[in-house]
Amino acid sequence: MGGIWAGMLLIAIAAALVRGNTAALLPAALEGAAAAVELCVKLTGSLCLFGALGKAMEQSGLMKKLGRLLRPIFRRLFPRTADDEEALGYLSANVAANVLGLGNAATPMGIAAVKRMKAISGSSTASDEMCRLIVMNTASIQLLPTTVASLRASLGAGSPLDILPAVWISSALSLSAGLLAARLFQGRKHRA
Amino acid sequence: MLDLLLPLWMLGVSLYALAKKQDLYGALLQGGKEGLKLIVSIAPALVVLLTAVHMLRASGAMEQLSLWLAPFCKAVGIPAETLPLMLIRPFSGSAALAVGADLMQTYGTDSPIGRTAAVMLGSSETTFYTISVYFGSVGIKRTRYAIPAALVADLSGFLAAALTTRLLG
Repeated sequence: MGGIWAGMLLIAIAAALVRGNTAALLPAALEGAAAAVELCVKLTGSLCLFGALGKAMEQSGLMKKLGRLLRPIFRRLFPRTADDEEALGYLSANVAANVLGLGNAATPMGIAAVKRMKAISGSSTASDEMCRLIVMNTASIQLLPTTVASLRASLGAGSPLDILPAVWISSALSLSAGLLAARLFQGRKHRA
Repeated sequence: MLDLLLPLWMLGVSLYALAKKQDLYGALLQGGKEGLKLIVSIAPALVVLLTAVHMLRASGAMEQLSLWLAPFCKAVGIPAETLPLMLIRPFSGSAALAVGADLMQTYGTDSPIGRTAAVMLGSSETTFYTISVYFGSVGIKRTRYAIPAALVADLSGFLAAALTTRLLG
């Protein structure tokens, strides 16, 4: 990230020199920093609210319950892992947290799932099922994109949640494309 | 219907926790605290990156880049203004949030560009961060096709975001 930041500055200064508007740089920098703080203040309320409800879902066992609903899907996508009760538990908790837009809760569960999968395979090479788990986690399968909804609300969107259908379709397409790509890259040899 | 979705979800979660005889209030407060921690952890990144983004915009570099890439973006139906967002998304969640917020503020939350940015943010993840955390923390060294497959997912998500926003308004 440090390199990206330096690169951004370099490009900004070079472009300003070319266009002769170097005077605009410093005010813009200060304005950007102030805008960031303003954004944080606006976001804090809704992020805390979603965090609060997420915690309540986690502690009351609602998340685990949702995870159990998803098990039939897992048996297809992760046939090897599904035999292991512990790994399956982590997997379903990871996906359930993702679906609810609770990225913070999802990450530790996902790591635990990969750890367990690695213990089963006993190798430091990613298995096909691990790659599928990665795709599921990077494609974003959230039904409630809490952070974006908070952002839209704080910036005064008319109806912060009306992007939901578009988000769902996009997530579904990106997940299918990712899983399909994984299937293709996997090749015939290691089909598991 | 969508208006009631979140309020009902809030109620449902709370009632479920109470029915399970859980310390609902304690859980809410603890979760709220974690929300605060989250904002504290992304605030410095937002300051640093929004500074650079505003400088890039003031310098005219962003405009120039969008101008150059406009024909290509037009061909696939993505607003050229969202390019910086797509480029940064796989690397940093807070940076993507900063760039997305900037797009929404500049062009309007309910403008096509603002909406596309929101859908892009909502339907993608910080791919490289996720892979490094998941594989790094358990010592997976050969990641095989995880990165290319995840990037295919990101790219299709961005295309789909532009398309669905255009079709659904």
